[in-house]
Amino acid sequence: MNAPVSITRQPVVALVGNPNAGKTSLFNALTGSRQKVGNYPGVTVERKAGRLALPDGRTAELIDLPGTYSLSPRSPDEAVTRDAIFGRIAGERPLDAVVAVVDATNLRNHLRFVLELKALGLPLVVALNMIDLAARDGIGIDSARLGALLDLPVVETVAVRRRGLEALGAALASRIGDTPPALPQERPSDVRALQKQARQLAATVQTSTGSARAWSQRIDAVVLQPLAGPLLLAAVLFFMFQAVFSWAEAPMGWIEAGVAALQVELAAALPEGWFLSLLNDGVLAGVGAVVVFLPQILILFLFIITLEQTGYMTRAAFLMDRLMARVGLNGRAFIPLLSSFACAVPGIMATRTIDSPRDRLTTILIAPLMTCSARLPVYAVVIGAFIPARDVGPFGLQGLVLFALYLAGILGALVAAFALRRTVTKGAAPPFLMEMPKYQWPALRDVGLGLYGRATAFLQRAGTIILASTVVLWAMASWPQPPVGGTKPPIEYSLAGKIGSALEPIFAPIGFNKEIVIALVPGMAAREVAVSALGTVYALNDVSEDNAGSLIERLRSAWPLPTALAFLAWFVFAPQCISTLAITRRETASWRWPIFMFSYLFAAAYVAAGVTYHLAVAAGL
Amino acid sequence: MTNHALHRPIDALAVGEVALIAAIDRAGLDPGTAQRLCELGFDEGVDVEILHRAPFGGDPLAVRVGNMVVALRRDMARLIEVEP
Repeated sequence: MNAPVSITRQPVVALVGNPNAGKTSLFNALTGSRQKVGNYPGVTVERKAGRLALPDGRTAELIDLPGTYSLSPRSPDEAVTRDAIFGRIAGERPLDAVVAVVDATNLRNHLRFVLELKALGLPLVVALNMIDLAARDGIGIDSARLGALLDLPVVETVAVRRRGLEALGAALASRIGDTPPALPQERPSDVRALQKQARQLAATVQTSTGSARAWSQRIDAVVLQPLAGPLLLAAVLFFMFQAVFSWAEAPMGWIEAGVAALQVELAAALPEGWFLSLLNDGVLAGVGAVVVFLPQILILFLFIITLEQTGYMTRAAFLMDRLMARVGLNGRAFIPLLSSFACAVPGIMATRTIDSPRDRLTTILIAPLMTCSARLPVYAVVIGAFIPARDVGPFGLQGLVLFALYLAGILGALVAAFALRRTVTKGAAPPFLMEMPKYQWPALRDVGLGLYGRATAFLQRAGTIILASTVVLWAMASWPQPPVGGTKPPIEYSLAGKIGSALEPIFAPIGFNKEIVIALVPGMAAREVAVSALGTVYALNDVSEDNAGSLIERLRSAWPLPTALAFLAWFVFAPQCISTLAITRRETASWRWPIFMFSYLFAAAYVAAGVTYHLAVAAGL
Repeated sequence: MTNHALHRPIDALAVGEVALIAAIDRAGLDPGTAQRLCELGFDEGVDVEILHRAPFGGDPLAVRVGNMVVALRRDMARLIEVEP
């Protein structure tokens, strides 16, 4: 290339700031939907980048770095911010400028970080965000004076109302030169001295102190009230789960119908053979079985993102901390565990906000015990077949059994956390320190973009890991093909069938027959696949809505009741889900923990199923 | 640890009582936590107030420090002393 670097070079600008400074809102306002969400190499911290058009015609790459209180990280997220600023991330270009996002209602704490950033010598612009909330609370700020004292451009912004964005762009354009600045050097900073300086600075530029957080304190008086608080939390969770299951019902039906229609189309268009089977029974059946959970995941995340943005989630963590502390975790583990009720994969990804590595690992390891929605089809079929639909008092027995299975998962998780924190993740519990931000109205744009990010991440995984593993399992369940004149169901001749038969002696003591064991092998891809695998084993061609009833009939005649109960107990702990193991491998950056997770869950499932089986036999069921 | 007999830990404050931080026992904390405590605004001379105690045993506490509200457990709150 002969052209000067300065012409082709796209400058890189990073948004940096304390958590709760409104950084992501500002990022969303500046870049709109022109965002790319990826991952930093080696770590699983999200890399969010977008295009920022500067008023002088240049286009910069804008990066939203994880929120942090300082350049001394305490979590993997925070380490990424430090490394990005010091240009230490492989494949990342050094920064041309930094926007320090500051919450105008919390000036003295946020200014300390600005001072720390300023000492690095990078081109810096201060976004004095949420200036409207400061005005509402009666906090007056002389931003011109602040700029003069800091010797930095200070721009007043209201990210959620898109105010101050042009001024911010202009300030940035004037700070970005043609050549990138020298990389800053890391040197220790005296946090207490900076904090003192920030407090003095804040006092100097604030023309009135106002009554910050008056509203938040009024809301907290109810939300954190010792009796009303937990009741409200229980009500919120109850409503959320109701919504996840009832609102998702219709769209899940559409997805199932869509997949089924596609299978019919393909069957009509393609000749019978292995290729059609690969598409229909492998790709569509496997990926479809996972994508069908998209509506539930989106509804769950709609709640979680909204609750996070309002500031309620930290209150939930506050209320739950005591319970979590009993098993050696802290309140922050509550949110990832809540997500795991939809699917352990997003739950495990949400553990990134936990600053202690041991707490984070423990939370990852127990996340699969939260009853994810993939277990529901399995529970539904077995409960439908074996639990009589009669009432016990005001409740239906079938519903009670389902509730008991959820409860068993939660209790199992608490016991597992307790045991893990005393053995494999032993170590001092790190102090629990959590900022409780002021309450805010959630911004529609931020909720929408957050949801969009979750959906694409989930679909990408369904399109890669899950697709690959379902194809492999399909091949295992299809080859070798049955000999001519074979009388048994074709799956029994296949590799999966042979593996199942070989494993049968291991499972015989807990009451599982060969058919169950064979079904567990393809069930590794996704738990609910076990249902269709059972259908295959019991020589039903297709277990769709209309002949699910026949599977129930078949199971009823083929399984004694103790076996059915043992099967339910198995699924409370069952480790069978490739996606969960794959995400654990990614999040812990080693094979050690997914293998450990698989082993301990397998042992727990085996013991639970065995105990259930023998108790049921002894009780004469 | 300060020997000033009149200092009390913030844990001993009543809900709604405002006091100034007199001393923080940083030796009782790991360096990272001591720094994070400072980053969240806990420093000598800053005003604090207990806003809430969690249900089921009053642990953790929600403490207002300056304009910030921070949740922390009582064992850490005991290391932060306030002027009478």
